[in-house]
Amino acid sequence: MSEVKRSLLEAVNLALHRAMAEDENVLVLGEDVGINGGVFRATAGLRDSYGFKRVIDTPLAETMIAGLAVGMAAQGLKPVMEIQFLGFIYAAMEHLVSHASRLRNRTRGRLSCPLVVRSPMGAGIRAPEHHSESTEALFAHIPGLRVVIPSSPARAYGLLLAAIDDPDPVVFLEPTRLYRMNPQPLADNGQRLPLDCCFTLREGSDLTLISWGASVVETLQAAERLAEQGVSAEVIDVATIKPLDLATLEASVRKTGHCVIVHEAPRSGGIGAEIAASLYERVLLDLQAPIQRVTAPDIPPPLYRLEPLYIPGVEDILAACDLVLHYA
Amino acid sequence: MPHLPIDLPFTRYLDAAGQVVRELPAWAADGQLLVRLYRQMVLTRLFDQKAVALQRTGRIGTYAPTLGQEAIGVAIGSLMQPRDVLVPYYRDTAVQLLRGVSMREIFLYWGGDERGSAYASPAAAEDFPLCVPIATQALHACGVATAFKVRGEHRVAVTTCGDGATSKGDFLEALNVAGAWQLPVLFVVNNNQWAISTPRRIQSGAPSLAQKAIGAGFAGEQVDGNDIIAVYDRLQVALERARQGKGPHLLECISYRLGDHTTADDATRYRSAEEVKQAWLAEPIRRLQRYLADQGLWDEQQEQALITECQAQLQEAVDGFEQTPAQDWSSVLEHVYAQWPAALAEQREWLAERAARAAGGEHE
Repeated sequence: MSEVKRSLLEAVNLALHRAMAEDENVLVLGEDVGINGGVFRATAGLRDSYGFKRVIDTPLAETMIAGLAVGMAAQGLKPVMEIQFLGFIYAAMEHLVSHASRLRNRTRGRLSCPLVVRSPMGAGIRAPEHHSESTEALFAHIPGLRVVIPSSPARAYGLLLAAIDDPDPVVFLEPTRLYRMNPQPLADNGQRLPLDCCFTLREGSDLTLISWGASVVETLQAAERLAEQGVSAEVIDVATIKPLDLATLEASVRKTGHCVIVHEAPRSGGIGAEIAASLYERVLLDLQAPIQRVTAPDIPPPLYRLEPLYIPGVEDILAACDLVLHYA
Repeated sequence: MPHLPIDLPFTRYLDAAGQVVRELPAWAADGQLLVRLYRQMVLTRLFDQKAVALQRTGRIGTYAPTLGQEAIGVAIGSLMQPRDVLVPYYRDTAVQLLRGVSMREIFLYWGGDERGSAYASPAAAEDFPLCVPIATQALHACGVATAFKVRGEHRVAVTTCGDGATSKGDFLEALNVAGAWQLPVLFVVNNNQWAISTPRRIQSGAPSLAQKAIGAGFAGEQVDGNDIIAVYDRLQVALERARQGKGPHLLECISYRLGDHTTADDATRYRSAEEVKQAWLAEPIRRLQRYLADQGLWDEQQEQALITECQAQLQEAVDGFEQTPAQDWSSVLEHVYAQWPAALAEQREWLAERAARAAGGEHE
């Protein structure tokens, strides 16, 4: 099968086409997803291929989109709903938290909610207010949800297909900063990637760098720079932030004894805190230095002129690595 | 209320005294049907009394009484077909009983056991469980109706709510999408005049709640929710229309919440005894009983026999509920995901330890 170079955005589109072709129960719904193909074009061409009954332009109401998806999913359909930007998802929260995540449990498995919520996330594209948030931790706190964030075209493709297959609700967050960055060879082979599983992107022995989403890019760049200095950094893309594959993280940190966690979301109550606490519970005596976090500060994302201050950069990551490697 | 040029129909056939106030619809000539509806309303009320009694004696948890709205629920439950889907709120015992949800299951739900929402009845297999977050169920019903429409099925989603729910965005967003897509969904508003302590008059400036449908592009109407002939008649028309693909409908049933909001509420804090006394004069069961008696279709002997029959049925359900052991500890995580994630295996282990400690504690 030919491996055409594709961006993360094209990978999402390809996975949606594939899922809709494979299973007639898969539907796409959201604002502007039909004739317009989505504001980023993630759903481009779906309506022409699968028709308006399966690619549904909804009225402009996020609460309604989520509530509708719950009802459709309970009927055995597999709705893939799009919330146009993560900053607009809060109106949909009640349906995700109080219904989608709990319907199976409330009915002892009589009804379930196999829906996927797709939403662009994150800063770095000079977008207007409310278009740059990274609030993934809000969803990761909810039992019954899965939260998945791809950081490459291949992982976007394989994880989105797996998310659509999954019998439970999945929040699938797509970093806008990566949408068109660095296309990579990708075959449309229908290959799923495992959920609930970290991906080790680079093996190393001196230091573990843990990240997900757009920050994986800077984290890999930092690892490259460290290699030039003779430091062997392992880079892990968490990918599924709920539930967390702690076994992989634990094994890596036991090996390296040093750990830096990088995420674009604000620090307090972020998933970095969850990972750090879990690692301390498991590997305290294997650590040679305190775990460091490199994150956004606890501020709203600034408008775009000062956006670079918000997003953790390579130098910030290197500074944290330096601290960890030269502790004591 | 200001006069708005929106003149919605209001339907009533029997007045509070059971007198016929307008020519009855043809179907109401079927006396046995009316007797069946009557019997079901009585059963519902006796169930309700039993549930409140169980709560008062600590045998179930908080319960939302259905007292005073038997006509609405019994009409809905009698008219829905098994293949239709009910998306209820939390005061829908009457409909649930007619969907084949067992009394034991209803006691289990309010008695703190999720198996009370795992309905065994085939008619209720796709029904939603009772919905607690106000008005959110209206959107689920639209999603169910969308599924029917996408698949070309002649089925109807029926959703219920109280008057308070009509103030929520979810309700209005549901009406909007139902109208935009002409969904096969029926909204039944039980306007029982009270949302806990908030009376209807300060809930909305709209002269009627039914007219909210008009803004969404479809018809709404009011009926006397204490007159089961009126509720049944208008519901039948709306269900049939929806089933034929002629779009959604909103039925506002004017009734009165004769009981407390729930067993945890004390309605004497916010409404007068005189108001409740007046409301009792218009309640739904007495008026149908009077009408049936006038027609020679019901007498005191039948009434006593019915009550005895219902009490026996109730006692059996209470016994069934009380003899049902609690679920195993592992049930609390068994259905959170289709399969408990391997990534969370450790949590299952420490929960097992917690359960063992709790079980050990029982023997101390």
